[in-house]
Amino acid sequence: MALRDTHVTLAHGGGGRAMRDLIEEVFTVAFQSPGSEDQARVMDEALREPGAQLAFTTDGFVVTPLEFPGGDIGTLAVCGTVNDLAVGGARPLWLSAAFIIEEGCEIALLRRIVASMVIEANRAGVRIVTGDTKVVGRGAADKMFVTTAGIGVIPPGRHMAADRIRPGDVAIVSGTLGDHGAAILAARGDLALSTDLRSDCAGLGHLIDAVLAVTPSVRAARDLTRGGLASALNEMAGAAGVGIVLSESDLPLRDEVGGMCEILGLDPLYLANEGTLVMFVPPDQTEAVLHAMRSRREGSHACVVGRAVADHPGQVRMTTLFGGSRIVDMLIGEQLPRIC
Amino acid sequence: MKFASEFRDPALAKGLLSAIAGQVDKIGASMDQPILIMEICGGHTHSIFRYGLDKLIHPAVSFVHGPGCPVCVLPMARVDEAVALAERPEVIFCTFGDALRVPGHRKSLMQARAAGADVRIVYSPLDALELARCAPTREVVFFGLGFETTTPSTALSVQQAAREGLTNFSIFCNHITVPEPIKVLLDDTDMRLDGFIGPGHVSMVIGVHPYDFIARDYAKPIVVAGFEPTDLLQAALMVLTQIAEGRAEVENQYSRVVPEHGNPVSLAAMADVYERRPSFEWRGLGEIDASGLRLRDRYRAFDAEEKFAVGYGAGAKPRVVPEAEGCACGAVMTGRIKPTACPQFGKGCTPDMPLGALMVSSEGACAAYWHYGGARPVPAG
Repeated sequence: MALRDTHVTLAHGGGGRAMRDLIEEVFTVAFQSPGSEDQARVMDEALREPGAQLAFTTDGFVVTPLEFPGGDIGTLAVCGTVNDLAVGGARPLWLSAAFIIEEGCEIALLRRIVASMVIEANRAGVRIVTGDTKVVGRGAADKMFVTTAGIGVIPPGRHMAADRIRPGDVAIVSGTLGDHGAAILAARGDLALSTDLRSDCAGLGHLIDAVLAVTPSVRAARDLTRGGLASALNEMAGAAGVGIVLSESDLPLRDEVGGMCEILGLDPLYLANEGTLVMFVPPDQTEAVLHAMRSRREGSHACVVGRAVADHPGQVRMTTLFGGSRIVDMLIGEQLPRIC
Repeated sequence: MKFASEFRDPALAKGLLSAIAGQVDKIGASMDQPILIMEICGGHTHSIFRYGLDKLIHPAVSFVHGPGCPVCVLPMARVDEAVALAERPEVIFCTFGDALRVPGHRKSLMQARAAGADVRIVYSPLDALELARCAPTREVVFFGLGFETTTPSTALSVQQAAREGLTNFSIFCNHITVPEPIKVLLDDTDMRLDGFIGPGHVSMVIGVHPYDFIARDYAKPIVVAGFEPTDLLQAALMVLTQIAEGRAEVENQYSRVVPEHGNPVSLAAMADVYERRPSFEWRGLGEIDASGLRLRDRYRAFDAEEKFAVGYGAGAKPRVVPEAEGCACGAVMTGRIKPTACPQFGKGCTPDMPLGALMVSSEGACAAYWHYGGARPVPAG
């Protein structure tokens, strides 16, 4: 063990022996990256199938605090990119991971985050095959930023995209809304709220596989991240040229999340998830899809929340508990807690 | 959710709506001659639109949106002064999130933050106090905003700072009171209002009696109400019942929260810390006598206006900065026009690019119309 430091210093980004030690003892040993060249060389049988398509995505991750109930920035970085591939119908295969680390970051923290990434990658069946490390001076980054890119393969004949949604299709969400956003707010500690909230952070590849195993006719899916269900549905309504009608009484919401939103004046429709998706399916597939989702832990709260309609194309409306109707708009900027 | 969902019960609402229709018939109101009920509080305005009460209620009852959104009534000059304070290099400027995007003459606090000012969102003035303890070399200024609902917590933070002898903590005090602007509206002979729904959380602090003058001197009914949809419908029903029976009284619909005489601890803290300013400027209403609060002399060291010589503290009255051109926030805020009647609504003024505060604040009437579709036609089915 050549790495004796307890904290990351600028030397660990300097390109010399210290950097080599950090990479070998923290990253390479955990990720078991193949080969010793600067680029990963990879092959999968799925690529050889005529008509197969590559899917490619990238995402940057910043979160405060880095560790929170239900996950950490490493869990997020793997799940987020895996989910971006999976909701497009791709089987995720390979990830890259790039770390920008602020001088002074604890190496033990880095190891914990890397360990989380390994666990999530194994669960999702992906390999982290290449990466990069940079160290920046104190104050130039907020402890750690992680960027992952991912490659997956879409099998021949599979086509999941928002423009396939038709009026009459049913919208299903796989879990309760806003758990990640609420858990992060609580974990920041500046609200003095004590809760048992956990982030829903999870890979969704297996959930989508389970659905596709019972019906090939999934129209489209999106994972709910920043901006929550409202933003995902507005994007999908716009892309499909359909209207979407939600029913407030059907929205799955934990009491704790609902209560926190009441106190702070936030709308759970806009709170982030990190392991929950919304999927549109033809109405006759509803029961089969719900059953398939509920057979998995990450889909155990799956339920129907609304449907696509021919009216008001591009717009999302919600029938309130009260029987009124209101527009569910895109979020403007960020949600800001209210005065009173 | 306990203590919330019970007050969102559609069956209960249905009963209230039909009782409302009964009283409207008794009064003999029509769509041409509707009954105008002003909900004073911006929180009420948002509940009305969030639950679609404006469409559910009898068409001969019209809600008029009042000046009870604390961010909205803040004149542009005060926003500019807040930005100027925030831009001082030694200052950590602490604000509730609502105020961040409100446009000033030059920029909003959010734009000031992007340009390097140290602006932080806090959830309570006590968070600002904690910052002051942790950063003794910086000047922590708390943006004191709001009606009697938030005024006591600011007072408590000042008392605590005085006890601890903190010298780097101050309040940019914009606290205002509800009853005075209502009197201004009632004195305006152009305004026709038939009754009021009073802000429940303000009365939680001040009780119901500060509204006695509305019933006694102006013969208008006022019902202090909660914020859930059935609270508002019941309050509307109580106002209509008073009108139908020829009564004008102060009634308390929100008795589960509002004590008749308010909260004595809060009132004592307020009396200790604040005195009334001779007058204070309100957006859309102009200067209103005795409608604003400032710190008493014994707490002067915690008054940011004195400490940094801004605003009323600079000696002169603050310069009056005109509203953005074409912005009708003032007329909307006083209930003279609906947000959609403003020529800029949805054109020159949207939540992305607001001209005026009412489009930005979470309690602003224009934001309510925009977000919940009051502005945009909802096709049948």
